[in-house]
Amino acid sequence: MSYFVSLNPLNLLNALPGCIAQGLIWGIMALGVYVTFRLLDFADLTVDGSFATGGAITVMLTLSGLPIPVALLIAVIAGMAAGTVTGLLHTALGIPPILAGILTQIALYSVNLHIMGMAANQAISVQKYDLLISLMNVSKAILVGSLFAAILIAVLYWYFGTEQGSSIRATGCNQAMSKANGININFTKVLALALSNGIVCLGGGLMAQYQGFADINMGRGSIVIGLAAVIIGEVFGDALLRKHMNFAFRLIFVVLGGVIYYIVVGIVLWLKLNSNDLKLFTAIIVAVFLAVPYLQSRRKSSFARTAKASAAALKALNNKEVQ
Amino acid sequence: MLQIIDVHKTFNPGTINEKVALNGVNLHLDAGDFCTIIGGNGAGKSTTLNAVAGVWPVDQGIILLDKKNITGLPEHKRAAYLGRVFQDPMTGTAATMEIQENLALAARRGKSRTLSWGIHKQEKDKYRELLKILDLGLEDRLTSKVGLLSGGQRQALTLLMATLQQPKLLLLDEHTAALDPKTAEKVLRVTDQVIAENHLTALMVTHNMKDAIAHGNRLIMMHEGRVILDIKGEEKKKLTVADLMHQFEVVSGKEFDSDKAILA
Repeated sequence: MSYFVSLNPLNLLNALPGCIAQGLIWGIMALGVYVTFRLLDFADLTVDGSFATGGAITVMLTLSGLPIPVALLIAVIAGMAAGTVTGLLHTALGIPPILAGILTQIALYSVNLHIMGMAANQAISVQKYDLLISLMNVSKAILVGSLFAAILIAVLYWYFGTEQGSSIRATGCNQAMSKANGININFTKVLALALSNGIVCLGGGLMAQYQGFADINMGRGSIVIGLAAVIIGEVFGDALLRKHMNFAFRLIFVVLGGVIYYIVVGIVLWLKLNSNDLKLFTAIIVAVFLAVPYLQSRRKSSFARTAKASAAALKALNNKEVQ
Repeated sequence: MLQIIDVHKTFNPGTINEKVALNGVNLHLDAGDFCTIIGGNGAGKSTTLNAVAGVWPVDQGIILLDKKNITGLPEHKRAAYLGRVFQDPMTGTAATMEIQENLALAARRGKSRTLSWGIHKQEKDKYRELLKILDLGLEDRLTSKVGLLSGGQRQALTLLMATLQQPKLLLLDEHTAALDPKTAEKVLRVTDQVIAENHLTALMVTHNMKDAIAHGNRLIMMHEGRVILDIKGEEKKKLTVADLMHQFEVVSGKEFDSDKAILA
């Protein structure tokens, strides 16, 4: 009983804006995951490394005196390079997608340590630097996060409507058809991986500013959070919009998926769950949301259901014959 | 137009699964030839088409298309000159993309993919007109996902995609084998029409002897990775299924083994 008394709804309300801000940043990162996971059909594990790379580069370059937008831009370019490495491991050296991603991810751990001057973390103070986004000013953080997300969604919507973007979507859908229509699928795969990891690095750069430091472990498990955002967004989007769920809404719902995920995390923390259990909890959320569409479709058409229906029909038929 | 000169291909060489698929294939097609290919299972019909399409490099031999040596070109580069329709209706189209998007992708075959818009307004009108000619009711469904179409509709669409950019050679790999007889007939009719209207050079693999005789101006039979019979002109017009089976037995020294080909 004392447990329930100790839960103050006001605390949850106070925590909510912070959850939204964090969710937006992870939502931006999740747009990168969406590009590979959904459009290219490539489960890319590079992101666990490149998210931290984005944070590390942004913080270190800002500390060295570069303007933050420039630091972020360089972080994005570094992310594209990381994605290119994964792409080449897969296309030029024939390494399977998951392994190629893991190899780059593990290599990035060392690279990130080098970037941060062999320190496990590097702090950046919002008092000293003109950070774009910080937890010290959550309402501004929400505004900036939304702005970044909106611009990114617009750019992605445009890009995947172009000839080049369409060729990436075709590659993700049907490789044989793509080749038969003159698409160099090795090129489109590398391109999509570069684009995806560039976006992930942008997310990492924003996250490092938001939390006020870059950490060697900040990317750990980020693929799962990214997937959570993508899948939660899809489940909600499909449920709410049904037939009207077009590409623009898909991208918007990926970002919203990140926000929803962090609100749920906020509620769980408010319920005083040990924050060390958060990764376990994340895995459970992702598993649930992955299972929901599958179980829903099974509910509509399953053997258990037809067994019942056919048994009833058979009984009716037999009764009729008896009469 | 197409010259295949002494092409060899062995799959899984040096292993227990070694299979000599092409054993010195020679074939010359003139511009405008519509050549059908028949033969039993494992004769090398589809493998010949794949060799021309560049699905993998051949072990030996030369493939010339319009006097250009394409033997060393990878698949996506050869695609600039080739239109292809596959046996499996799923293979030729992108299921999660719209009909018009599939057509737009095919319209850019052999061109570099830029950052300009993937599909233009004028294109849509053109596609609507072309789909109307197919007479499959697709002209009002430009924005439908291709995954919603039937096998026959997908094959007809693939055929249209393969010829949007005039190919030097059209490769049809048993493209009616997965369809019901009525749909297959319709797709074959569209095939004849498309080839005649665009004056295309075409290679069509089929299991069906009647189709092989009824379509095209030339017929080749393959056996054990070689071309064993080449019938053209007046001789082809007079050809019957019985003739073909008899000729097969004479040339190969074996009885024709494909019941499916006989019964079809």
